[in-house]
Amino acid sequence: MAMLTNRWNPWADLARMQQDFDRLFMPGAAATSSGSGFPAVNIWSNEEQSLMTAEIPGVDPDKLEITVKDNTVTIRGNRQAESLKDGESWLLRERGEGAFARSFRLPFRVDSDKVKADYQKGILQLTLCRSEQDKPHKITVRSEQSE
Amino acid sequence: MSAKEMVQQEKQSPRKTAERERRPVFVPDADIVEAENEFRILADMPGVDENSVEVDVENNVLTVHGEFVPQAPEGYSLTWQEYRSGNYERSFTLGNTVDRENIQASVRDGVLRLVLPKAKEAQPRRIEVKAG
Repeated sequence: MAMLTNRWNPWADLARMQQDFDRLFMPGAAATSSGSGFPAVNIWSNEEQSLMTAEIPGVDPDKLEITVKDNTVTIRGNRQAESLKDGESWLLRERGEGAFARSFRLPFRVDSDKVKADYQKGILQLTLCRSEQDKPHKITVRSEQSE
Repeated sequence: MSAKEMVQQEKQSPRKTAERERRPVFVPDADIVEAENEFRILADMPGVDENSVEVDVENNVLTVHGEFVPQAPEGYSLTWQEYRSGNYERSFTLGNTVDRENIQASVRDGVLRLVLPKAKEAQPRRIEVKAG
């Protein structure tokens, strides 16, 4: 497939937008220039849809809240730490806990009726289909025969 | 004995896996709780289940190893990446109070849970004498 070198890459904009979102959801995180937070997210895409995977080990999938509006996908949840009984104490605490929220703006509008969410082995996978109106339409160019 | 003696997590690079293959190896984040009769270790290992975790005790070192083979979904290309996938490995040094014979391990939602009972020191080990 021939590619133009200056082809616009919609995913490149995501990095910039991500920083805006992180600032919005986690004001304290504005100082960190990287857009990463919890959970870490990867996105796989093709022409029709995107698969968003997030590493969220140890959460109750019923308590994950996924919202989709236009081209924005938001994952919210709460990771509970082990509750200690009397006489128990922490020797080491590295695993994060508490509420989290991340939002992503995709380069297409998502069909919110077709979103699939699957949580297995601590990995959340969202299937996000491109909405019909958003799909590129092929327009046939007709030309009149020159005489 | 103090709690710190029991588990000194070793953060040196995991050699066991590195020798085997080139996939990245991660040191999982862990929590350790001390209770009256046991220690509990929780380790985040997303992508791993009970069939892909090994727990070994050799001398006084407990090593957890999780195998995770990342698979790219067919027909897609990676357009946004914040994490990489691979194996997990981490070692913990056990103190003498841990009953090595009865360590239990389970995995749920990508979290490995180890229960390490404390040995009943007052109780001498009973050795069964079988008739020959």
